[in-house]
Amino acid sequence: MLKISNVETFYGKIQALRGVDLDVNDGEVVSLIGSNGAGKSTLLMTISGVNKAKRGNIVFNGENIENKDPHKIVDMGICQVPEGRRIFSRLTVEENLRLGAHANEKGKYFENDIKEVYDLFPVLSDRKTQRGGTLSGGEQQMLAIGRALMSKPKVLLLDEPSLGIAPKLVNQIFVSIKNINKEKNVTIFLVEQNAKKALELADRAYVLVNGKVTIKGPGKELLKNKDIQAAYLEGGAKN
Amino acid sequence: MEKRDIIQSFKDSLFTGLIALALFGPIVGLRTVSKGEGLFITPQWGVVFLLVGLCILGRFLINLNSARKTEITFFSKFTSKFSAITEDKAKHFAITGILFAVVFPFLPFTDRYFMDVAIMILTYIMLGWGLNIVVGLAGLLDLGYVAFYAVGAYSYALIATTFGWSFWICLPLAGIFAAFFGILLGFPVLRLRGDYLAIVTLGFGEIIRIILINWYEVTNGPDGITGIPRPSFFGLPFKRSPDEGETSFHLFFNFEYSTMHRIIFLYYLILVLALITNYFTLKIRKLPVGRAWEALREDEIACKSLGVNPTNTKLTAFAIGAMFGGFAGSFFATRQAFISPESFTFIESAIIVAIVVLGGMGSQTGVVLASIFLIGITEMFRDLEQFRMIAFGGAMVLIMVFKPKGILANRKPTILMHGDKK
Repeated sequence: MLKISNVETFYGKIQALRGVDLDVNDGEVVSLIGSNGAGKSTLLMTISGVNKAKRGNIVFNGENIENKDPHKIVDMGICQVPEGRRIFSRLTVEENLRLGAHANEKGKYFENDIKEVYDLFPVLSDRKTQRGGTLSGGEQQMLAIGRALMSKPKVLLLDEPSLGIAPKLVNQIFVSIKNINKEKNVTIFLVEQNAKKALELADRAYVLVNGKVTIKGPGKELLKNKDIQAAYLEGGAKN
Repeated sequence: MEKRDIIQSFKDSLFTGLIALALFGPIVGLRTVSKGEGLFITPQWGVVFLLVGLCILGRFLINLNSARKTEITFFSKFTSKFSAITEDKAKHFAITGILFAVVFPFLPFTDRYFMDVAIMILTYIMLGWGLNIVVGLAGLLDLGYVAFYAVGAYSYALIATTFGWSFWICLPLAGIFAAFFGILLGFPVLRLRGDYLAIVTLGFGEIIRIILINWYEVTNGPDGITGIPRPSFFGLPFKRSPDEGETSFHLFFNFEYSTMHRIIFLYYLILVLALITNYFTLKIRKLPVGRAWEALREDEIACKSLGVNPTNTKLTAFAIGAMFGGFAGSFFATRQAFISPESFTFIESAIIVAIVVLGGMGSQTGVVLASIFLIGITEMFRDLEQFRMIAFGGAMVLIMVFKPKGILANRKPTILMHGDKK
């Protein structure tokens, strides 16, 4: 469904991605783990078209998207929940969700779509006229995910949904992600530092080190991998 | 209050006095008088001591006030109440305001001078509302807004004097021209934000003004354009003695001739134009493009990740903001019947930005209050002549001290009604 081959991305002269190969199949949950500065967010931004790949190909459903504008990519069905949530803080919850529907805003299915989001995250329904900035971190994360779902994506890219959120809410959010995948049939590409959670959820997973994929395999298998345990799970694991 | 506090405030006031002395001493105290053989210095220490005394007293009073631990001073109590009232009853306020504006020309105390000031205030309100789209909604700080005002005025003047078309044909054309210039400015600044954007727009404003001065063949340079046709009341001119084959306004309606007719017509014209701007802004905020403007102001990366096209969004904001600036410019041209580059200097842009910022970015009612306050105050103190600008500056400082986010800082949600309906 989404095939990334040999992608290299630069920030000026600094190379962030050094030939990443990775693919995501229809209906899967794929996790990408790695430490700070490994290039995880850069990869998501490159898929979304916010940063452009200097070399390599990104193919989505048989079409090359590496040179497309971000809004075209969203139209095609790839939507990103950016790192740090990036809620429109002065806009209300419902306005935030409306903006998520920007790509397919015909008003036609809006009522239905927004109801689905409220069913998924009932707390948002209680707070729909509240300003985005007044929500707690966990609620903001739910809003960010809900907002992305409003664009009816085929693939949802999630950038560190557990960042800065209370552990209890992290569990809840991961359950929601699983539901989105299973019930709404949305393919998930998850980038996380919380390796344990990410690997538990994933059908398959990749490890990114210094802009290159070093290890890949089914999520459960990687959980048992000695190197990964040493580098990402033991001691450093936060959940 | 403790004794310590009083001593502390007293010390502080003395220090303020010292600074005041250092400033006023040379500026006010040493007055240069030119007599026959040259300049002489006449000291006027009395005035200096008076000023310094006032500073000390003022500072002391402020200190006493803030030393009372309760934060609610007289002013903030007043302003917060004020803001609460207008926020709660914004609708009533707006309706009352519009009704007042409609009957204003026929109130007993309204004379020619009041009408002129009112027309000026309404022009600034319209400009403020136009700029509010760019600055308040889309969050793009535009310091060269006067350029679009100028483009509108000159387009109107040139089209009207060259082709002799009526106001109602020239007005939309001038708006379209201004919108075109808005896009022209928009393209190079797409990637800029914040301070950098402000600098470029500032430059753009100056470029337009300098072109107007130097493009002599078209704009008649610094001499400006004269003889711009006055607006007519749907084909009926406001003239005492109409040309042959024409009927003028007062003859058609059988009124006694009065110059006020034209003024009143101009007043209603700008009132309608301003209200259209306001109505348009309120409506467009609820449409996808308006929401995208606000989202872009909040977070550009989030916008991109959600499929909002930032290029189109910014360009529409610039174009539509510019269009309303152009409308206001046309009105200005037809009202003055004479325009020159002097009317479109940076200070105009600065005043319009000040109105938007002081009103509370994005607040439509705030723009009205700020316009009345700023333009009204400068007019009220016209008798003070050169000290008028001090009043203007003082007004701005006061607003920023007591309402740092603008007179009405709260953003009204666009789809509250929608939520309530369910």
